[in-house]
Amino acid sequence: MHATDFTLGGALAALNEGAISAEELTRAHVAAVEALNPKLNAFITTTSEQALEAARASDARRKRGEAGPLEGIPLAIKDLFCTEGVRTTAGSTILGNFIPPYESTVTAQLKRDGAVFLGKANLDEFAMGSSNLTSAYGGVLNPWQRKDDPDARLVPGGSSGGSAAAVAARIALGATGTDTGGSIRQPAAFCGITGIKPTYGRCSRFGIVAFASSLDQAGPFARTVEDCAILLRSMAGHDPKDSTSANQPVPNFAAACARSVKGLRIGVPREYRLDGMPAEIEKLWRQGLDWLRDAGAETVDISLPHTKYALPTYYIVAPAEASSNLARYDGVRFGLRVAEKDSDLGDLYERTRAEGFGAEVRRRIMIGTYVLSAGYYDAYYLKAQKIRALIAGDFDAAWAKVDAIVTPATPSAAFAEGENTDDPVQMYLNDVFTVTANLAGLPGLALPTGLDHQGLPLGLQVIGRAFDEETVFAVGAALERTADFKAVPAMRAGA
Amino acid sequence: MSYIIDGESGPWEIVIGLEVHAQIMSNAKLFSAAATAFGAEPNAQVSFIDAGFPGMLPVINRECVSQAVRTGLGLNANVNLWSRFDRKNYFYADLPQGYQISQYAHPIIGEGAIDIELADGSTKTIGITRLHLEQDAGKSQHDQHPTKSFIDLNRSGVALMEIVSEPDMRSPEEAGAYLTKLRQIMRYLGTCDGNMDEGSLRADVNVSVRKAGEGFRTRCEVKNVNSIRFVMQAVEAEARRQIEVWEAGGRVDQETRLFDTGRGITRSMRSKEDAHDYRYFPDPDLPPLVIDAAFVESLKAALPELPDQRRARYVRDYGIPPYDAHVLTLERETAAYYETVAKGRDAKQAANWVMGDLFAAINRTKTSIAEPPVTAPDLGALLDLMADGTLSGKLAKEVFEAMVETGRAPGAIVEDRGLKQVTDSGAIEAVIDQVLAANADKVAEYRSGKDKLFGFFVGQTMKAMQGKGNPALVNDVLKQKLS
Repeated sequence: MHATDFTLGGALAALNEGAISAEELTRAHVAAVEALNPKLNAFITTTSEQALEAARASDARRKRGEAGPLEGIPLAIKDLFCTEGVRTTAGSTILGNFIPPYESTVTAQLKRDGAVFLGKANLDEFAMGSSNLTSAYGGVLNPWQRKDDPDARLVPGGSSGGSAAAVAARIALGATGTDTGGSIRQPAAFCGITGIKPTYGRCSRFGIVAFASSLDQAGPFARTVEDCAILLRSMAGHDPKDSTSANQPVPNFAAACARSVKGLRIGVPREYRLDGMPAEIEKLWRQGLDWLRDAGAETVDISLPHTKYALPTYYIVAPAEASSNLARYDGVRFGLRVAEKDSDLGDLYERTRAEGFGAEVRRRIMIGTYVLSAGYYDAYYLKAQKIRALIAGDFDAAWAKVDAIVTPATPSAAFAEGENTDDPVQMYLNDVFTVTANLAGLPGLALPTGLDHQGLPLGLQVIGRAFDEETVFAVGAALERTADFKAVPAMRAGA
Repeated sequence: MSYIIDGESGPWEIVIGLEVHAQIMSNAKLFSAAATAFGAEPNAQVSFIDAGFPGMLPVINRECVSQAVRTGLGLNANVNLWSRFDRKNYFYADLPQGYQISQYAHPIIGEGAIDIELADGSTKTIGITRLHLEQDAGKSQHDQHPTKSFIDLNRSGVALMEIVSEPDMRSPEEAGAYLTKLRQIMRYLGTCDGNMDEGSLRADVNVSVRKAGEGFRTRCEVKNVNSIRFVMQAVEAEARRQIEVWEAGGRVDQETRLFDTGRGITRSMRSKEDAHDYRYFPDPDLPPLVIDAAFVESLKAALPELPDQRRARYVRDYGIPPYDAHVLTLERETAAYYETVAKGRDAKQAANWVMGDLFAAINRTKTSIAEPPVTAPDLGALLDLMADGTLSGKLAKEVFEAMVETGRAPGAIVEDRGLKQVTDSGAIEAVIDQVLAANADKVAEYRSGKDKLFGFFVGQTMKAMQGKGNPALVNDVLKQKLS
């Protein structure tokens, strides 16, 4: 067995038994990164030297009996998390030279628990995208290939495309992501791995470059449900530096993966059955529900009546917040500055932001500025906030009848570069199943349960009550056990 | 008594409302732990939050909330237990986040009212519309370099209270009195130091004019006026400008203006047409600010005595005139000084000494009530020496001047200079006998009916005693001897 084939839990066990050292484990992953990243482009910045140094320090800690819960585990960090002394670009030219003098709370906690960082993973610029193609540092190649068209360059999804591709290609044992409208769950589904967006407030947003503050939430990627649970426990927790972080105890999520689903009521929302949805996805969904019934759960048809408004609501709220959050990238204090000799302040702003931001970011800043403008605020932003409350209310009503909701994760398998790119609205439809959990602040987990006719992974999503990730993990783990998803991508370490 | 400007078309009334920005006294900024002291090196008090760095998040400073609530209570205003922070979006080099966090739609303090005192002794109630919390911006400096602008972010993120009045003022005097009273209340509360020259208190003055019986006409806002005197001048100048515009058949446009203190006129800054669209929306980084009634009650219970209450108490308990009480309570330090002097003594006499000799000495020596030329206990001791007859009023003045000069206690000065008043009637009798013997002719004249000569004998006696004779005793003994 290749050292990159471990699950995260398996690697921890091997490290504990002394079957492998952190340095060996990291060295295997560093070598895999060096071999595959030139093709995958999953990392914007690699930190191989620091990783090996951290691994040696980890081995020393383990020797002293001071091993943390993630001691020696090599991870990829989405390049949206500020990392002290390591360039953090947010996938944008405007932060191309930005080296944060501080560490995000989530990455600080991962380090505290012994994790080793391999580098900064590629992403859509400022996390705005569903393909990773808006990154100023180039797209990321999905390590999976179509059976009929192996040369097609498939996207890994987005925005956390680099994180998902790295974990799928086994060049990282796990990764951090952020999810504003589906940016963990959609790439997880496209890359055949598992990812969870926890409840809003579960993980601190301190030190994460903001996209849409009321929707952004950090979460982990890994190759199993339990591995996600292990990572989330280290990432989560109340942070006084984030006023929206929840003061909730962090349970042992991994223990919840072993819970039985017997007697659980699983909601099946009729509004998620879309016209024109591929039959394969419909079949995958039905199959998942069958498996849960076989495991003793009860499935219940439910209605989430405002679902159809979720996508337009999301595409008002998120750009509105983004237009304000991204105002600080002005060329004055950090990051890119573009100015001519005779530039005045207005000219400095215009040049810096025109050159520093890519087309999708500029589009969303303009949409957001528009919907907040005098005369349009009530018709767009305020109305969107009202609908957001109705969407949250749909879920509140559902929780009276069910304990978790299961839906498809995405309306299709991974698409190829060049597809879906003519019309931004077509691209936005990728988020149709995932945005609701962000709007309502609920935890959502995506995991692979099958392949499409092209041999590409397809995923299901489990949505749970606020701060009830444990039930989400239990349902996800039950699906995982039955699905027994063993398919691997064509491009992977050790292949 | 109303203030009227006589234009060519007749009398005009001025309508004034003030928006006051008061810097909260606190150790840390509104949303960061950076320090707030005035006068630090540029950019020495800036956190990554204040500088708008990526991923930085605001966390509300509890003390700033307490200060706003205290101020609200001092303004007799409603405290909103639920309030919210919005973002006011605009680009400027000294606004690092690209937005100011401010309570636009839901302020922490609602309607209130304060009484202002006017020169004619009357009072007037001025309505408070609201008080809200917001961040200050940094400072741009355009005069440090020929082609560059410098930015100092020390002030960026400092907590401000914006206090908005109703358009209830009708004269420059009322505007000045309102700002004076507001500053006085906040200084009593310790919520704003009120130092206008350091920028901790700034006023935007809204002015319009109208004919008697009319509704409001268009107003103009004169921005960032930084002294009470300038506020009064700006009101007058802007009102006269508007009257001229109306009387020339023009229209006053709603706009933002600046007061040119050198020329005493207001100038246009920007018109309503180029007003910013601030795109206000609730700040998603901050949950609504929820406080409970018990928190408000605890602040209320710990509130210090406010100027109005203290003034009323002086009139009631010390029996001094309302004017004296007003003057003595203007500054918290003055009131504290006065109370130390007045305690257990003749309160009216104490008031006279503080408002007369002490204030004069402060002016002369260019000191302040906070560091007075004569301490309150020393002035009290001086009053005691008068009360027990040791010093006459005249001698006391001399001793006071010596105290100002030397900083010594009155007892020591009296001792050293032998200024003690003579109250020994035997000693006085002996002197008087000498005086009468030396002026036998005048005694004869007095006895034959020239009563006016009594003053002469008093003068001669005091002269002989170098002014130290107790005046009452001297009178008594003289009357007795001459009868």
